[in-house]
Amino acid sequence: MTDPLWLIVLVIGAGTFFWRGAFLVFGGQLTLPNVVRRGLNYVPPAAFAALVLPGLVQFDGATGSVDEARLLAGLVAALVAWRSRSTLWTLAAGMGVLWLMRAFL
Amino acid sequence: MLAAVTPFGVAAGLAGLEVGLSPEITLGMSVVIFAGASQLAAIQLIDANAAAPIIVITALLINLRMLMYSAHLGPHFANLPLRWRGPMAYLLTDQAYALTISRFMVDDPPAYNHWFYMGVGAPLWVIWQLATAFGFWAGAAVPASWELGFFVPLIFLALLVPAIRNRPSFVAAAVAGSLSVAGRNLPAGLGLTSAALAGIVAGMLAEQWWSDD
Repeated sequence: MTDPLWLIVLVIGAGTFFWRGAFLVFGGQLTLPNVVRRGLNYVPPAAFAALVLPGLVQFDGATGSVDEARLLAGLVAALVAWRSRSTLWTLAAGMGVLWLMRAFL
Repeated sequence: MLAAVTPFGVAAGLAGLEVGLSPEITLGMSVVIFAGASQLAAIQLIDANAAAPIIVITALLINLRMLMYSAHLGPHFANLPLRWRGPMAYLLTDQAYALTISRFMVDDPPAYNHWFYMGVGAPLWVIWQLATAFGFWAGAAVPASWELGFFVPLIFLALLVPAIRNRPSFVAAAVAGSLSVAGRNLPAGLGLTSAALAGIVAGMLAEQWWSDD
């Protein structure tokens, strides 16, 4: 338990349990302010886009050019995700295109 | 439904390995936090040397939806003893919520819905732990040239695409995504978190804008 990361993990765990238990365990009665309720709708698109884009658009440290294999793999995977709504097909398409690009370029 | 969470658990394990976390921390996250998107976000921020409060705030923001689920389910289970409601809260996930609440929406007598809920939540928990462990192990067994770490952005992509349901949510994603790329070299993970917050505000403004027409 000496790793300082444990503290972060435990605090996130406790906070998440508080969210989960607020009404189930602690019997909370609060109604969320309207602005929070509306903002909550945009947490998934905003947070996931902020997490995904830097992984797809990667720049070469020396030349500053974009890694085309990752970018193309990401675009194909996004298209597959949109059409299929399937996590497995999204992963298969993204990894498949990445590996093909690496093999032939 | 249960199979669908497996790749997320695998990604959580892989991501932990990729950024050099110990197996104890990686698996500990799956036990203590047990919420995939926030685990992956936290791992990404740890890799970016983000300050601890930034990591905690971002993860809890991503998990805030659990509060809504709790508010929805709480009244239905209010009569159960605490020895039920405690574990139920710990096992609350997108899947357990979605499947259980849809049973309350129909006219079934809801007497056994706590068993139903546990029947979703408990196996999901077991699969989650096994998938995380498998991801960590597989990531170590496979050569780095396979770039298995690319799994992680792909997983977020699979979450992102269905989250874009209308024009304001597209605006939120576009603003957050482009700011996150632009701010990728900012210290302490500030780029990612401030990009997400800016995206949320942009989405709300866009909603206002289009509702005013």
